[in-house]
Amino acid sequence: MEILDYDFMRRALIAAALIGIIAPLIGVYLVQRRLALLGDGMGHVALTGVGLAFLTGLAPVPTALVVAALGALLLEVIRSRSRTAGDLALALVFYGGIAGGVLLTSLSSNKASTALNQYLFGSLSTVAQEDIWWLLGAGALVLLVLAYFGREMFAMTLDPDVAHVQGIRTTRLGVLLTVLAAVTVVIGMRTVGLLLVSAIMIVPVAAAQQLASSFRTTMIGGVVIGLACSLLGLSTSFSLDVPPGPTIVLLALLVFVVAAVIAIPLRRRRTRHPHPLDVAEHSHG
Amino acid sequence: MTTPVISCDHVCVDIEAACVLRNVTLTVAPGDFVAILGVNGSGKTTLMRAILGLLPIASGSLDLYGQPIPRFREWNRLAYVPQRLQSAGAVPVSVYEVVGASLISPKRRLPRRGDRRRIHEALEMVGLEDRRRDRFDALSGGQQRRVMIAAALAKGADTYILDEPTAGVDAESQERIAATFERLHEQGHTVLLVTHELGTFSSLATRIVVLGSRGEESSTVLYDGPPPVPEHLTESVWHHSEDVVMRADDTGFMDAGKG
Repeated sequence: MEILDYDFMRRALIAAALIGIIAPLIGVYLVQRRLALLGDGMGHVALTGVGLAFLTGLAPVPTALVVAALGALLLEVIRSRSRTAGDLALALVFYGGIAGGVLLTSLSSNKASTALNQYLFGSLSTVAQEDIWWLLGAGALVLLVLAYFGREMFAMTLDPDVAHVQGIRTTRLGVLLTVLAAVTVVIGMRTVGLLLVSAIMIVPVAAAQQLASSFRTTMIGGVVIGLACSLLGLSTSFSLDVPPGPTIVLLALLVFVVAAVIAIPLRRRRTRHPHPLDVAEHSHG
Repeated sequence: MTTPVISCDHVCVDIEAACVLRNVTLTVAPGDFVAILGVNGSGKTTLMRAILGLLPIASGSLDLYGQPIPRFREWNRLAYVPQRLQSAGAVPVSVYEVVGASLISPKRRLPRRGDRRRIHEALEMVGLEDRRRDRFDALSGGQQRRVMIAAALAKGADTYILDEPTAGVDAESQERIAATFERLHEQGHTVLLVTHELGTFSSLATRIVVLGSRGEESSTVLYDGPPPVPEHLTESVWHHSEDVVMRADDTGFMDAGKG
């Protein structure tokens, strides 16, 4: 394993493994809540954090973490306090995020504009040692919160009204999920890049649900696919000298296509041979 | 006197600054089997959502088990069966998971010993234990409703609130559902259902509440008493709603009248 000889590659592999595991874990809740594009928007918001870091000389990862988390809270406030429809609130915050990011970056040095590209599409060589600690810390936080609130979050995404009648604070939990998505986006910022990080949250889940018959198997399948695509994509990008983000995402899309093709006969079988009870019921009208 | 399960006193509910329900006064005592009837737009869903704490009330008071809703914490005593799951068709969920979700609450964040048995027993009660590993969305509409009822049963609540329990449900499932709630009622549970079509429930409800409006006013309680719905009232409800003419044959208001 030649790629393990390089310090920067070892760090990149740790970062890739982390996002490969965590992104689908959050993504499965986002898909269930029909907010598949939320991660994409949070990526735009994190870009403002990166721009701010360039301009001020602060460390990019923690700055992006703070800005993305604040953006997530702002989004939820707009959504709850005004009559603005959910997707319109998303659009407002997201366009603000990307415009802010590009503007702040162009205000800083010329070098920053080149670096911006690395944050947009991921880069092998930019994961610094101090980044790793931030990423591991953020990853551990996401996992701990999920371990504690994950089941309530499942009930909330299944049906918020029913969850409310179970005493679950659905609004607070919704805010928490948005903040977790924002943190996840920043974890993936270095390897997959902000424009594509949402894909690693959603595509492995979309692939897994082609074949799964439960939330649990979709989640496990998503993590396996996410982790495999991240590690394989990263090593491919090293060998071919291309950015890791697009490589990882295209691999995940390939898995999705294969899963969807495999699922066709399964689905056909399900409709052609309905359960005996179904037949009995249909004959009643 | 026992504390009422639900007590609405001159409740008004506004949606987007328009008054949808006015002066609704309604008490549901433990062990009641109440059907709230009304045509589309009569505010019956609004009233149900207010009772569940999903919509704020503009004025009046609404207590659950003697507690105003913002202070109410005993949600384990109440089970709600919606018409369909809001996430239906997003991520696959198994029948087992849908029932299991009802056991989750801030007081029960982590799984407990005995959960599995409760889920199995609830699915057995609705006759779908053998489908527990199947995808929820692979079931027929009637079976899905039975699974959601199993979820409510697993919760072990003493009051059940059902939204249109028979709409889009095949005859066999309708009978099973009605039989389940007949048994629960006999055991002393409280049942409140909101429907425009009593169907198989017509012989079960011990009390009928008709919501509707007189003239241009917003909706309120037009009748509250034992079945059947008084003749003049079905008339007055129907005359003020345009879609009633089309729906008169299939609303099941006739059932309410006959039952």
